[in-house]
Amino acid sequence: MSDTHAHSVAYVRETQLPQQPPPSTAAGPVKWTKDNLFSNIPYTILTLAAIYCIYLILSGFLPWALNGVWNTSNIRECREVLEGATGGCFSVLTERWNQLVFGTGYERSQYWRPTLAFALLFVAAAPVLFQKLPKGMLAFTAIYPFLAFYLIWGGTIYTPILAMVGFVVGYVVYSRLVAGSFAAGFFGGLAAAVVTWWLGGIVVSAITPDETFLAAVPSRDMGGFMLNMILGVVCVSLSLPIGIALALGRQSNMPIIKWICVIFIEFIRGVPLITLLFVANVILAFFFPPGTNFDLILRVIIMITMFSAAYIAEVIRGGLAALPRGQYEAADSLGLDYAQAMRLIILPQALKISIPGIVNVAVGLFKDTTLVSVISMFDLVGMIRGPILASTDWNGVYWELWAFAITLFFVVCYGISQYSQWLERQLATDHR
Amino acid sequence: MSTITDPPQGSFRLSMLLNDTRYRGYTFQFIALVLLIGAMGYLMSNLFSNLAAQGLNISYQFLDEPAGYGIAQTMVEYTSQSSHLQAAWVGILNTLLVAFLACVTATILGVTAGVLRLSKNWLVAKLMSAYVEAFRNVPVLIWILVINTIVITMPSPRAYRGETPDTEMLFGLIAYTNRGVYIPAPTFGPGSMVVVLVFLASILGIFMYRRYAIKQLYDHGRDLPTFLPSLALFFIPTLLAYFIMGRPIGVDVPALQGFNFQGGTQIGRPLIALWLALSIYTGAFIAENVRAGIQAVSKGQTEAAASLGLRPNRVMNLVVLPQALRVIIPPLISQFLNITKNSSLAIAVGYEDITATLGGITLNQTGRAIECILLLMLFYLTISLLISAVMNVYNNSVSLKER
Repeated sequence: MSDTHAHSVAYVRETQLPQQPPPSTAAGPVKWTKDNLFSNIPYTILTLAAIYCIYLILSGFLPWALNGVWNTSNIRECREVLEGATGGCFSVLTERWNQLVFGTGYERSQYWRPTLAFALLFVAAAPVLFQKLPKGMLAFTAIYPFLAFYLIWGGTIYTPILAMVGFVVGYVVYSRLVAGSFAAGFFGGLAAAVVTWWLGGIVVSAITPDETFLAAVPSRDMGGFMLNMILGVVCVSLSLPIGIALALGRQSNMPIIKWICVIFIEFIRGVPLITLLFVANVILAFFFPPGTNFDLILRVIIMITMFSAAYIAEVIRGGLAALPRGQYEAADSLGLDYAQAMRLIILPQALKISIPGIVNVAVGLFKDTTLVSVISMFDLVGMIRGPILASTDWNGVYWELWAFAITLFFVVCYGISQYSQWLERQLATDHR
Repeated sequence: MSTITDPPQGSFRLSMLLNDTRYRGYTFQFIALVLLIGAMGYLMSNLFSNLAAQGLNISYQFLDEPAGYGIAQTMVEYTSQSSHLQAAWVGILNTLLVAFLACVTATILGVTAGVLRLSKNWLVAKLMSAYVEAFRNVPVLIWILVINTIVITMPSPRAYRGETPDTEMLFGLIAYTNRGVYIPAPTFGPGSMVVVLVFLASILGIFMYRRYAIKQLYDHGRDLPTFLPSLALFFIPTLLAYFIMGRPIGVDVPALQGFNFQGGTQIGRPLIALWLALSIYTGAFIAENVRAGIQAVSKGQTEAAASLGLRPNRVMNLVVLPQALRVIIPPLISQFLNITKNSSLAIAVGYEDITATLGGITLNQTGRAIECILLLMLFYLTISLLISAVMNVYNNSVSLKER
C-alpha cells in the first residue's frame, strides 16, 4: 500500500522552506504608497493635487528662504546684494532685532535684564508645569514675580521688596486665622497685607535714593515681543484666581452673588476684546480718582485680565458641572464646610478636568495680546507696522517681518498646546 | 424622665446671622450688595467729577449732527453730510456683511479640511493638519495684515493698460489690483423679475419633488430617481424663461477706463483682507470641531448601519451625520460669534465696520468716548445674546430625550 502511495506522489518535500518575505507589491513602501496614496481614482487625484500644492508652496518659499541676505544695513544694500535674484532681506531681523524683541526702552548695555527675566521664567514655571520636579523650586516661583518686575522695570529695589513683604505678612496672618474659618483667614490676611503696603509705601517713598542700581524704564517704552510676553503671562496668572472665584460665584445658591457673576461674565464674553482695550485707552482713566494717573500698560492689564477671567470662569464652571454629584455629597457627609469642601475635594478635581480648556484660553489670550497694537502700543505687531515698515531703511520688507512674527507666535502657541496634551495624558487617571 | 425637646423655634438671635447656615447666606449677600453699590458709587462719583473737571457731560445729541467724513464701502446711501447715526448704521451693515461672508466661507473651508483630515490618504491628512495647526497658532490680526499685504503687492490698475499689458484679467472677467478685486456683476433689464421668480419657483419645485420621492419610498417602496429630475428642474424652466423674456439679465464686466476699473462689483482691499483672513483662521477651528464631531460617533454606529445593509453614502447621510451634527453645531455657532467679534479688527486695515465708524472716526471727531463705546458694546452684546439664544433653542431641539 505504502509503496503504491509513494509512487503515486511525484515529489515529497522533506524539509520546511524558510519563510519568504512578502512580494514587494504587498509590503514595504510600495504597498504603503499604494494603500495610503493611490488606492482608488479619487484618492489619486487628491494626492496629485496635494503634491502640486506642496510644490507650489515650496517653490515659492525655498529660494526666498535659502537665498536670504542676513547682513546689510538697509533695503537698498540688500537689493544690490541680491542683484534681482529671489531672496529674502532677513537682515532687517538682525539689524532691528533688539527693537523687535525688547522695544525701545532699554540702553544697549541693559538688554541682559529682560533676557535674564525671560530665562528665569522657565525656571519659575518648571515646578508648576512638571510635577516631578522637587517642591523646593516652588519657593523660587513665589519670588519670581517680584524679581521679574525689578529686572524689567528697574527703579528702586524697595518697591518689589515691599510688595513681597506685604504678601508674606498677609500669608502669615492667613495661616494663623484659617483654622477658625476660611473667610476670617482670607479677609484678615488681605487686611494685613494692605496695611503693610500702606505703611511701607510711606517709608519707601522717604528712603528712595535718586540713583538706583537698575535704571527705571518707563512702561510707555516697553514693546516688541517682550510686551506680548508680559501681557500674556501677567494676565493669565492674575485671571486664574479671579476666574475660579467667578465660577464658584456663578455656581452659588445665593441669588445676588450669582447674578453679579453671571452679568459680569456674560457682558465681558459678549463684547470683543478691542472694545475693552478702547475702554482701557480712553475711558478707564475717568473712573479713577481725579489727579491719579495710571500707566496705559497697567490699564490694559486690568482690562485683559477681566477679559480672560470671564473666559476662564466659563471653562472652570464646565469642570465643576462635569464633577459627579456624589463628590459634593461626599464632602458634605464628611462634615466639611463650604471652603474646605471646595479647597480639598471639589476644586482639585474640577481644575484637573478644566486644564485643556484653560490652556486654550491662555493660548487665545496670548494671541490676542497683539490687539494692543490697535491702541498704538508697540508690541511685536505694532513695532512691525509702525517704526520698522515706516522707516526709510526698511520700507517694503513685508514678508521677512511677518514670517518672523508668525514663527515666534507659532512656536510659543504650538508648544503650549503640545504641553497641554502631554499633561492631559499624565493626569488621566481613568482606565480606558 | 427625659424628653427630647425640639430646638427652640423662632427665637432669632443676632449671632445667627453669622453662625447659622440658614441665615449666613443673607449676611454675605447683603455685604456683597453693599460693597457693589459702594464701588459703583465711588466709580460714578469719580466719573462725574472727572467729567465736570473737563467740562464734559453725557449726551447723545452728537448722533444727529452731520458726520463730515466719507465711507468708501457703503451698502446704503451715505454722504459726508449724513449724521453720525447713519454712519453707525453703515458700519453695522458692513460688520454684518463681512461676518456673513466669513461665516459662509469659513464653514465650507472648515468642513472640507475637517473631513479631509480624517481621510485615509496620508498626504492629504497631513497637509490638512499642517493647515489647521499653522493657522490656529498665529494671531488672527497677523493673518489679516498678511493678506492685506498680499493685496497691496498685487499689480496696480496701470499694469493692465497699453498694447502689451503686464497683467491680464483672469478669464477676461476678473481683475485683481492693489485696490481690490473687480468681478462681473449681473444687470437686471425689464422682465428679469419673471426669470428670477421662475428660478425661485423651480427651487421650490425641487424640494417638493424630493419630498414626494421620499414619501413614495416610505409609503409604497418605490425608489424614484432624484438626481436627474432635480438637475432638470434646476436648469430647464429658468433657461426657458430667460430666452422667452428676451435675455433680460446681462453681465456687467469690469473694464479699464482711465486710471481705474469701471463697472462690475468692486470688492475693496480691506474687505478682502478681513474676509479671507477671518475665513481661513476660523476655518482651522471649525475643522477641529468637525473632526471631533465625526470622531465622537462611535464606530459601532457605522458597523450597525453597514450590517443593516445600508450603502456607504447612506450610512454617512442617515446615521453618522445626524449624530455628528449634534456635536458639531454648538461649537460651530460659537465660532460664528467669534467671527462677528473678530470682525472688529477691521479697524487695523481700514474697513469701515461699526468699530471703525462709531468707535473710531466718530469718537475721535466728537470726543464722546463714553457714549460711543457704550453704544458699540451694546451692539456687540445684542448680537452675541441673539446668537446664544439661537444656540439654546437649537440645543434644546436636538438634545437627547432621555427617559
